[in-house]
Amino acid sequence: MLEQQLINALSLGSVYALFALGFTLVFGVLGVINLSHGAIFMLGSYAALLLIEHFALPLWLAMLAAMLVSGLIGLAVDCLVLRPLRARNAPHLAPMIATIGVATILTSLAQGLFGAENKRFPVGTIPEESYNWGNLHVTAVQIGIVVISFILMLVLLAVMRRTQLGRALRAIAESPKAAYLLGINVEGLFYLTSFAAAALGGAAGVLVGLSFNAITPFMGQPMLHKGIAVIILGGMGDIRGAMIAGLFLGFAEVLTVAYISSDFRDAVGFGLLFLILLVKPSGMFGKVLERKA
Amino acid sequence: MQFKTLLKTLPLLMLAAGLGSAAHAADVKLGLAAALTGPAAKYGVAIKNGFTLAADEVNAAGGVNGNKLQLIIEDEQGKKEEAINVFKKLIFKDKALLVFGPTLSNSAFAADPIANAAKVVAFGTSNTADGITAMGPFTFRNSVMEADVLPVTTRAAVKHFGIKKVAIIYGNDDAFTKSGYDVFKGTLADQKVPVTTTEAYAKGDVDFKAQLTKIKASNPDAIVCSCLTEEAANIILQTRALGMKQPFIGGNGLNSPKLFDIAKGAGDDTIMGSPWSPENLTPANKAFIAAYKAKFGSDPDQFAAQAYDALHVVADALKKIKLSGAIDKDRIALQQALPSVTIEGATGKFAFRKAPAVTGKEVGYDAQQEAIVNIAKGGKFILLK
Repeated sequence: MLEQQLINALSLGSVYALFALGFTLVFGVLGVINLSHGAIFMLGSYAALLLIEHFALPLWLAMLAAMLVSGLIGLAVDCLVLRPLRARNAPHLAPMIATIGVATILTSLAQGLFGAENKRFPVGTIPEESYNWGNLHVTAVQIGIVVISFILMLVLLAVMRRTQLGRALRAIAESPKAAYLLGINVEGLFYLTSFAAAALGGAAGVLVGLSFNAITPFMGQPMLHKGIAVIILGGMGDIRGAMIAGLFLGFAEVLTVAYISSDFRDAVGFGLLFLILLVKPSGMFGKVLERKA
Repeated sequence: MQFKTLLKTLPLLMLAAGLGSAAHAADVKLGLAAALTGPAAKYGVAIKNGFTLAADEVNAAGGVNGNKLQLIIEDEQGKKEEAINVFKKLIFKDKALLVFGPTLSNSAFAADPIANAAKVVAFGTSNTADGITAMGPFTFRNSVMEADVLPVTTRAAVKHFGIKKVAIIYGNDDAFTKSGYDVFKGTLADQKVPVTTTEAYAKGDVDFKAQLTKIKASNPDAIVCSCLTEEAANIILQTRALGMKQPFIGGNGLNSPKLFDIAKGAGDDTIMGSPWSPENLTPANKAFIAAYKAKFGSDPDQFAAQAYDALHVVADALKKIKLSGAIDKDRIALQQALPSVTIEGATGKFAFRKAPAVTGKEVGYDAQQEAIVNIAKGGKFILLK
């Protein structure tokens, strides 16, 4: 049973990590907790669903298009909501509260457009194969989720660590003012960050929609809670931390079910969060808080 | 000053208008409080359709003792607060002879006391929670309690598959799935079926593999699932992805074609008990299904069937009494006539039975009805024989 649970944990954890990636990226660069990330994740799922249902796009293309759509939504949120607040030097709480409003609007909009019922990708979209080794069962979707999540995470990590763009982003994270004085196009990179983060959220939405057949306007909310836990555990704004914390939360939840009780599944994840906040308030890998202070 | 005068005269005007219409109309006003918007709307709309269909039928046949039935339909949004408001409006302003609804048990616990205090029948068609009819002698329901259905379902499933032990999975933060779990737990104990493991999930969960892997390791003969349709379908699919072949046993939550939209053939061999089945081919049910399809262009569900039957129950009671026009007197006459009604409806033979006694309190009436046990074959539920 343990091997099977570890596989369950790996696929769950990589979804959490992928979701948290965009979330933490926005915090790292813009210094904003964007609580509309869950709603954008949900819309990514619907975008792929509509493209597949109405235009019969192949899955990979639908996924790329969904990333583009959610990226553009993220960009729009930045232009319409976050930028005016930045321009006014609004206090930290303002963008967070504003994005709660955005999330509510997007969720209501989706409910009006698509209805409250669960939708799923048409049968045949998802490879139905599963691979068995004795008592161990792994579905093609589970493998796909882990592989795609890791590819996206590694690409993002490489961009941040090894490119000029990444250096510029890290400079902004350090101090937007100094970056501006150095001739970095800060506002442009804010847009790019919001776009990329939302695109990653959309990708996570498609993967969750694919594996669990449960696309609803409300799917973003529970994921957002996990996402908050993951970015705090991993250290706010730390990409490597979000990856590891995402996997960690997946394992914590699954092993709780396996060895304690399914009643405590969420309690253990958030209990750990609380403990870590007590012991190391900046999260497992966090430096941002100290840096900003 | 002017505003104050208006406030004083407004009630008088409203009273006059009310008296005026009561004097002219020979219509029997029946209130319906249903969740027509919000997450419970899928039930509320079906309920409204069932009532509308039945009322049209009764009126087309000349009404009851020459009186036409008039439904006054209000949206209670599936919320307790709204249910209270709507009940007050229907009882005190519209002067309805009785009120059907509300849709959810939670709302019924909030709104039914108002009806009992006003001595107006509150007739639930979808409230299955324990204790609803303990609220007072004016609370009636024709929705069969899970406590009546699940023991029959479980016994049939145990016999059909030769089950020795089961595992349970249920949603622990939803009133309906939690109370279904409680009933299953008691039932399995009564029928001496051991439970290998009990697993819970929370609203919004989509990944059940951790719980199911644990269930798999406990090696049950069947899985009892107190879940709503969409969760149940995903649970079934994920069970099969883990290489498990066990049949499922469930309650009302599984009684929806949506189960097979999602789970397809993987749902086969699921056993489910319900007061209503589209496969129950009695003449009354066949007529109901055909009429519903003709009027609304879609298949009815259990909620529509129970609403449809409820109106016929009340129409039958109205036949037995002579309306005086004095609303308070007529409301009590209706309450006294209802318990003796028996009909052969879309959900089969129906009668009321007095709710279990509560000391120091008068109680209402529950449904006395046979549960129908179904098994899924080829992507739909058929009767288990």
